[in-house]
Amino acid sequence: MEGGRRQGASALFFIAPGLLIYTVFLVAPVVQASFYSLFSWNGFAVPTDFLGLQNYTAVLADPLFWRAFGHNLILIAFMFVTVLPLAFGLAVLIADRIRFAVAFRLIYFLPFILAEITAGLIWRFLLDGNYGLVADLFPGVFILADPQLALYAVATVMVWKSFGFHLVLFIAGLQQIDRSLYEAADIDGASNWQKTFGITLPLLGPTIALSGFFIVINSLQAFDIIMAMTSGGPARATSTMVHYLYADALSGFRVGFGSAIGVVIFFITLAFALAYQRVTRKLDRVHG
Amino acid sequence: MAEGQTLIGSRSRISRVCVYAVLSVVAVAALAPIVATVLGGFKSLGDLRVNPAGLPREWIWANYLSILGSGTYWRMMLNSFLIAAWSVVFTVVFASMVAFAFAQFQFRGKKALMSYITVGLMFPTATAVVPLFVILTQFGLVDSHLGVILPKVAGGMTMAVLLFYKFFQGMPRDLSDAAEVDGCSHFTFYWRILLPLSAPIIATVAIVNFVASWNLYFLPMILLNSPELFTWPIGLMDYTDERGTEWQMICAYVTLTMLPMVIVFLAAQKHIIAGLTSGAVKS
Repeated sequence: MEGGRRQGASALFFIAPGLLIYTVFLVAPVVQASFYSLFSWNGFAVPTDFLGLQNYTAVLADPLFWRAFGHNLILIAFMFVTVLPLAFGLAVLIADRIRFAVAFRLIYFLPFILAEITAGLIWRFLLDGNYGLVADLFPGVFILADPQLALYAVATVMVWKSFGFHLVLFIAGLQQIDRSLYEAADIDGASNWQKTFGITLPLLGPTIALSGFFIVINSLQAFDIIMAMTSGGPARATSTMVHYLYADALSGFRVGFGSAIGVVIFFITLAFALAYQRVTRKLDRVHG
Repeated sequence: MAEGQTLIGSRSRISRVCVYAVLSVVAVAALAPIVATVLGGFKSLGDLRVNPAGLPREWIWANYLSILGSGTYWRMMLNSFLIAAWSVVFTVVFASMVAFAFAQFQFRGKKALMSYITVGLMFPTATAVVPLFVILTQFGLVDSHLGVILPKVAGGMTMAVLLFYKFFQGMPRDLSDAAEVDGCSHFTFYWRILLPLSAPIIATVAIVNFVASWNLYFLPMILLNSPELFTWPIGLMDYTDERGTEWQMICAYVTLTMLPMVIVFLAAQKHIIAGLTSGAVKS
């Protein structure tokens, strides 16, 4: 083996460019966000107006922020109860080597490659009470203008866009299961339900955990699709945390306040990710 | 497994029909919104108003042709393509170099450096975006394509490094030993031998990052001001705001901006589905 120093020099050559870009354009901004968040600042010259934690108390005392956060939670819950059963059920049907399986998978995956902006605009058109498909069934009904329904319409579009992706995860998960388990269960005279709840679902644990993780992270970051469908309206009924950042800080060059919102979003995301990993690991131990 | 035996048990002819019925209904639900939008672009506004669901009474090409005839559409598609292509090139080259160093060399602080690179997976764009604007202003990169590309590369770095690292670790150690005996420099080995053998993982990283960059909205919307630099998602949103309820034009615009990616997807669906899902799973 070469000397450690020479290896270090070679390693540095390969690591430096990537490390530099990563540090300057991702880590530094995040670190700076926590610094700026202590000031009142419009982004020009040098921040001097030190506020301490006032930006944070302002964010955390703002009912609009908590409402937005509540909308993120609704999106997570809605996605969990729709996407997971849908993806699982369809995966079971498709994984059985039926004819046209590839074609079905292709069609289900298609909405996933669209931009969120595109998916949102397509559905804004469909849900238009004068010109969209919904106008054929309920003329003059504007779902996206209804504060009670708009958020669920957004959530439904998120389901439409992403279920194909989760479906592919589930198909991959099903293919990992050892088929001899089912043969053994057949010999024991197990029913289909027993096989599903006794073999398939427990062994899909890691897939379900992964699928759920993507749902949580994506729902916490929801923004583009909301801009395309409702711009956060009507009357903030579809505002999420990132939309709150956009509407209440970015539009007014409130760098300090916006940084504080960004840091809060980071810690909420981190808390969710860590808590989620703990819960799924515990479940894994119980079943495994 | 016996003939006709499946995951959920043996299946009669009737239940088989039910399976196809369910799958078809979902397929229609997945496709109908896209098809309705494409057709909407062929209608007149009046036709759309009385006949939103049906085929166009008269196929009007003018909506599509007027958009294709405008320079704005082509310029925005080109801008998006350039940003996505450069993001992919930078991400593949720099991330594979970092991963190669981690897989090949023993040096002090390697563990700490790997954790440092992994931490980036937890940073939401929303947290970085405000200071990013300030940093890019200092570098004179605000309102430039490079000002979008570099943060995108930084954001995709962690996942790409992890994917490359796992792949390189799976390669036989003899390969680099043999190269060393032959007097091959580390860079020659990386560039001439390792990268050409890494086509599958390069494809995965490229697909994930190309699709993500191509569809990017939040970051360029915040960082770009000049209309001639705009990417298609910004242009599409602006167009929608301008046109109000001229849905036939918006449908045509939506169709034309999604068309390239849909065509690429149909042509290479196997690779793209595998890339986007395994890319997400493995890291």
